[in-house]
Amino acid sequence: MGLALLFAIWLITLVSSYFFYSDTWQMLPLASVHGSAIDQQMRLTMVLMGVVFLAAQLGLGLFVWKYRDRGTGSATYFHGHTGLEWTWTVLTAILFVGLNLMGYNVWAANRFQGASPGALQVEVTAVQFAWYFRYAGPDGKFGRIQPLQADASQGNEAAIGLDQTDPASQDDIVTTVLVLPENQEVDALLRAQDVIHNFNVPAMRVKQDVVPGLLIHTHFIPSKAGEYELACAELCGLGHYKMTAMVKVVSREDFEKWMAERVAEKQQ
Amino acid sequence: MSEAHVETAVHAHTAPTGFIRKYIFSLDHKVIGLQYYFLALVAVFVGIFLSLLMRIHLMWPTASLPWIGEIKPETYLTLLTMHGTIMVFFVLTTAPQSGFGNYVLPIQIGAPDMAFPVLNMLSFWITFLSFAVMLAAFFVEGGAPLSGWTQYPPLSAIPSAGPGQGLGMDLWIISIALFCAASLMGALNFITTVLDLRARGMSLMRMPLTCWTWFVTAMLALLAFGVLAAAGILLLLDRNAGTSFFVPGGLMVTGVPIKHQGGSPLLWQHLFWFFGHPEVYIAILPGMGVASQVLSTFSRKPIFGYKAMVYAILAIAVLGFLVWGHHMFMSGLSPYSAFAFSVLTMAIGVPSAIKTFNWLGTIWRGRVRLASPMLFAIGFVSLFVSGGLSGPFLAQPVLDIYLHDSYFVVAHFHLIMGVAAIFGIFAGTYYWFPKMFGRMMHEGWAKAHFWLTFVGTYAIFMPMHYLGMAGHPRRYSELTQVKFLEPLMSLQHFITIAAIITIAAQFIFVFNLFWSMLKGKKASDNPWEATTLEWTTSTPPPHDNFGGRVPVVRHGPYEYSVPGAPRDYTMQDEEVEIAKH
Amino acid sequence: MATLTQPVAADEREAQLGGRGPDIAPPPHRGGESGGPGFTESDRLRRYRIGLAVGLAPVVMFFVAFTSAYIVRQGLGGDWRSTVLPPILWVNTVILLASSFTVEQARRRAVLVDVGRDGKDRGLPWLGVTLILGLGFLTGQWMAWGQLAAQGVYVSTNPSSSFLYLLTGSHALHLGGGILALLYAAAAFVFGRPAATRRIVVDVAAWYWHFMDALWIYILALLYFAG
Repeated sequence: MGLALLFAIWLITLVSSYFFYSDTWQMLPLASVHGSAIDQQMRLTMVLMGVVFLAAQLGLGLFVWKYRDRGTGSATYFHGHTGLEWTWTVLTAILFVGLNLMGYNVWAANRFQGASPGALQVEVTAVQFAWYFRYAGPDGKFGRIQPLQADASQGNEAAIGLDQTDPASQDDIVTTVLVLPENQEVDALLRAQDVIHNFNVPAMRVKQDVVPGLLIHTHFIPSKAGEYELACAELCGLGHYKMTAMVKVVSREDFEKWMAERVAEKQQ
Repeated sequence: MSEAHVETAVHAHTAPTGFIRKYIFSLDHKVIGLQYYFLALVAVFVGIFLSLLMRIHLMWPTASLPWIGEIKPETYLTLLTMHGTIMVFFVLTTAPQSGFGNYVLPIQIGAPDMAFPVLNMLSFWITFLSFAVMLAAFFVEGGAPLSGWTQYPPLSAIPSAGPGQGLGMDLWIISIALFCAASLMGALNFITTVLDLRARGMSLMRMPLTCWTWFVTAMLALLAFGVLAAAGILLLLDRNAGTSFFVPGGLMVTGVPIKHQGGSPLLWQHLFWFFGHPEVYIAILPGMGVASQVLSTFSRKPIFGYKAMVYAILAIAVLGFLVWGHHMFMSGLSPYSAFAFSVLTMAIGVPSAIKTFNWLGTIWRGRVRLASPMLFAIGFVSLFVSGGLSGPFLAQPVLDIYLHDSYFVVAHFHLIMGVAAIFGIFAGTYYWFPKMFGRMMHEGWAKAHFWLTFVGTYAIFMPMHYLGMAGHPRRYSELTQVKFLEPLMSLQHFITIAAIITIAAQFIFVFNLFWSMLKGKKASDNPWEATTLEWTTSTPPPHDNFGGRVPVVRHGPYEYSVPGAPRDYTMQDEEVEIAKH
Repeated sequence: MATLTQPVAADEREAQLGGRGPDIAPPPHRGGESGGPGFTESDRLRRYRIGLAVGLAPVVMFFVAFTSAYIVRQGLGGDWRSTVLPPILWVNTVILLASSFTVEQARRRAVLVDVGRDGKDRGLPWLGVTLILGLGFLTGQWMAWGQLAAQGVYVSTNPSSSFLYLLTGSHALHLGGGILALLYAAAAFVFGRPAATRRIVVDVAAWYWHFMDALWIYILALLYFAG
């Protein structure tokens, strides 16, 4: 029985460790600038925790077999060892708190400051169960929103409650696809119309709750052209599983072209 | 001695007669403990059934099940919400603490009963009522709520935000409010009992670690459940009285403007998690106590570092009240607060690690007997390590950006609460069953139950880490709408199959439990050759626990293999001298 | 290293440790060894007092939670409009303070009477007055609500009024529990329960009542100064 237990614990430990490090199921390919520091911290944590995982589990398996009752002899009577207790307490504290402090700079860089002044501003509206994205248009100003006039059946602008009486609204562009230029910082302004949602683009290591009553900023720099999925990550009702949108990152020239086309459409 | 004086002296403890007084409205902590245990047993099967339906739906989304029909997205979310609620409250807060604690604590400290037997009985029946109200939510118009056991407003505050968010949601709140009241009564009882009813010689530092965990868990409950009750009342008012504690203005839900103004969804999250984080320690601490107890007994060795274990329990409890913000890293919380919470969260990993080292130190150089309670205690340690080590990932807000609300979180809390804590309950069951029912459980079936459950639960929950690393969000009722989930379907299928097998294996346990009550081998007073006070009394114990005898404690709780002793265990009340060491 | 020596009567050492054997000489006819959890009258009174003290902690946490919600909600949004406190609240406060005085009279008469001598109904009139004053307080609170409603101030009118109703209502419910405790204590007198039981019931009810009084002062201060 002891040997079987050792075997089982070791097998489970080694198999699960293998899959943590192999390429079978891995983080989505990275598509943002700040994400590389996050991935690095993730790998560091994985390695350190992996070492502890292996040591503890393999040790447990070994002990239950090695110290099995063989019918003779007796257990060694001791109540503990204060020196050992202090040692592993201090070491664990250094490991855990140290690991956390190493991630501090990454967190600080990501969250303690807002976007730089030249960032592209996009307003993201989350509503049961769709995403809308608003660009300020040539005037660089977002028009007023009247949330209680939102009506999804009248098109994108109406869906977010855009107040057409405000002159700044005339050139606002509202889409259901988030088009972004490569290598330019984006300042996303997040607002929710009904319940809490979450702006989650895992490939870009971007995630932020969108909370009714608050206007929350999150900023990032897409680093690679391509199409990435945005999938709501806060339970928002029965359509939560299908509250998705596409994030299309294109070259700067293509973005300018796309924007020009949208502006032209509005003026027709 | 006259009857009247006996009555005063032993707290009116004449044994009851009649079926109702003995088994229904009993004041005996042993009966009440079993009532709680069996309530939790019913609850866990309801909870498991709900999760089975969830797993079946994820693998076969269009399947139509007998009697239930097709599982629509709102049904899935209801299953999810009620699964979490029932498991956290009616299983994990009930069986380890109110179940085993009620039965064993008074005996282990040498008392004839809990401090307040009438309050004890009341607390059980209010818990029972709470469970009935919770189940009623399934059967009212609109059904049970779908906003997750965490019930974040505005989703939980606006009846039109989804099916089940009407009367079902109100019943959920009422049920939880009743549960809070019952829990607080229980906590009051446990704390007063430990402070005031310990036998002569049973100093706090001679209490078994099980008693320490029940004591500290009761203190956590005492301070946390009042806050949950307050939050529930505020939510009830927002839903029914037009107040705006949690609901801001300017909301449109399915085209209908909502009249509330100026509330904060984050306020709910703060209040809820101020309760919610201590709650998860309430769920795990008693299991840790049982693990310590069983590991020591079956290694024939004192627990390694008893004092450190006590300090670790206390540290976990204190820090447990200071880390609630780690559930809110992505919520719109200030990034500075987030950092503070994250440092404290990493700190709470330290006492947990100390306990793990001490468990390993207990087995080291022991004489390990692998009886069924010990298998589950060892399983507890393994699962606690696995579940605990995903904590440092989630505790770092910068990693939580990627992992928040993903299956990685689901893996983390299931391994600790949904498996390790359950293993604590199994270990306690197999360990104390002989004392409770006078018979041994069938050891062969117990071992089969262990193997299937140990391997099975790893097979269910370890893969969920990989799903989370691949970005798989949680609480999705269908998995067909997001392209990056496609390569993960085989893993989801594997998990479902593992779940079906593991759930089936639990019937071995239930069968063993009831069969052994009737047909199990008769048990001696101390079949495990253990040292604590419950093993000094008859099996099952008499009504006043010690048959008129008043125990006097002379030793610590884990004096195994004392050199020079005639046996490899020395009972806590044995009249021998063990020199200081 | 630990060794096992001859069996020794270790009771003297044990007398210094562990649970409370009776601190007073055990009453006659107490069987078995002296020691272990005590069940004398003074033990039981202490036990119920500990229970009450422990039981008041969650009540504190409940109102702490409301207080934190109050402060947070006040700081949000800017839609907070102070509610003018109905003057009757001050009258009610005086009534409640008076009732604390009267319940303390009942408590002292019931509790400080020697064990064994029937504290013949000396506490009962004071209990009665406390009950009347307590019911008077609750009536006054109900009237305060009526006055607010007459001015069109309801629970949903404004966050400030929401909290006013919430805090006064929660306190009133808890005080209602105290009224039930007092009724139970009065019943203990009327139905001739043993003096030991009467002591405990009156003592616990009285301390709970004092706590409710202090809680009311706190709530009133919060509403008045932080409204």
